[in-house]
Amino acid sequence: MSKPKVATCSLAGCFGCHMSFLDIDERILQLVELVDFGPSPINDLKHFTDRCRVGLVEGGCANAENVRVLREFRTHCDILVSMGYCATSGGIPAMRNLVSMEECLREAYMEGPSVHNPTGRVPGDLELPLLLDKVRPCHEVVKIDYHLPGCPPSADAIWAALCALVSDAPIELPYQLIKYD
Amino acid sequence: MSEITLTIDGREITTQPGRTILEAAEEHGIYIPRLCHLPGLKPFGGCRVCTVLVNGRSEAACTQPVAQGIVVENDTEQLRAWRRNIIEMLFVEGNHFCPSCEKSGDCELQALAYRMGISAPRHPFLWPRREVDASHPDVLIDHNRCILCARCARTSRDIDGKEVFGFVGRGPARKLTINPGARLVDSALDVTDQAVNACPVGAILRKRGAYATPVGRRHYDRAPIGSGIETPAELTIDRGDQP
Ligand code: SF4
Ligand code: SF4
Ligand code: FES
Repeated sequence: MSKPKVATCSLAGCFGCHMSFLDIDERILQLVELVDFGPSPINDLKHFTDRCRVGLVEGGCANAENVRVLREFRTHCDILVSMGYCATSGGIPAMRNLVSMEECLREAYMEGPSVHNPTGRVPGDLELPLLLDKVRPCHEVVKIDYHLPGCPPSADAIWAALCALVSDAPIELPYQLIKYD
Repeated sequence: MSEITLTIDGREITTQPGRTILEAAEEHGIYIPRLCHLPGLKPFGGCRVCTVLVNGRSEAACTQPVAQGIVVENDTEQLRAWRRNIIEMLFVEGNHFCPSCEKSGDCELQALAYRMGISAPRHPFLWPRREVDASHPDVLIDHNRCILCARCARTSRDIDGKEVFGFVGRGPARKLTINPGARLVDSALDVTDQAVNACPVGAILRKRGAYATPVGRRHYDRAPIGSGIETPAELTIDRGDQP
């Protein structure tokens, strides 16, 4: 029987959750016994070729490209997991939700104390994905099956959740592994 | 006066008249979740996290006095779902960025969410615009995290004798205000006031004291809130189902 496939992605996140995932250390050897990888920054595959059992999503949705990737994950994964505080609640990127888009862009590209931008313009290349009005947690964009909180979730939490999901066991996380920070 | 007998989740307990249900439960090692309740202050009944069923009717355990023969339900699926809902609503109606919050690990709102196994709030986030008042030399108020529990206002009025805090507006527009003006620096607040310690969340903070306790040694890092009152229950992550 073929191994279940796992896909991962980082949307509006900092890759901290992926770093935490790699913190499973030598358990990575068990992991390769247990699963195969679909698209993921870990193997640099960009596209789905077949269905994946589990999709781990880091980061919320800040722009149209995040939404596109998240929808693609929803389409190709049986179980979709929001991994980390940005995916579950918006997190640090969502701090921009407290100011207007205009204010935010002006600060970032024109008026911020460390900005060097002789053109004085906000980047507007067509290649750049459009920003959403607000940064959204993943479950406000597609259906999410599980939320794994933490900033980042500890390697132990990710390991426990992933092992349970690929073996159809109930996820049981002890109190110490549920954290928002 | 003679003792009163009541049952909580089928367990018979005896207590003195004049106690609240929450106090009576606590005497007997039963934890009823609470947020706006602070021992030493008059019962307030603002947050409804302590909601129990008394003879089938919902009441706030922190304000409702005990009575002979009442049947109290506390730790039931329905009540747990109601309480979870309140906690989740508090998260989405303010701006809570726990990963960078000075209070994280010591926050009662967050600790209740952990205890209830809330992995993410299910309601849409409201992202309200709120202010930070850093005018005072020693104390900071971040309205983004205020849950309107009035613990600061009641402590300032009843213990510090100052009435530094008040409220304006109703419903979603309700907001904590500072007397007499809008800024904390213009108020009578001292850093030594009990009100500074009364806030359950990271809305009122002492300056220059942030992140002093290492992760792992903060209040709620290892044991759930309430475990000082009862034996900790085995807690597992939320599976997203709601009765
Ligand atoms: S006040 Fe509590 S719930 Fe709010 S951000 Fe801080 S730690 Fe999180
Ligand atoms: S500032 Fe703190 S103590 Fe005061 S009402 Fe807000 S949450 Fe409660
Ligand atoms: S603790 Fe009873 S209503 Fe808040």
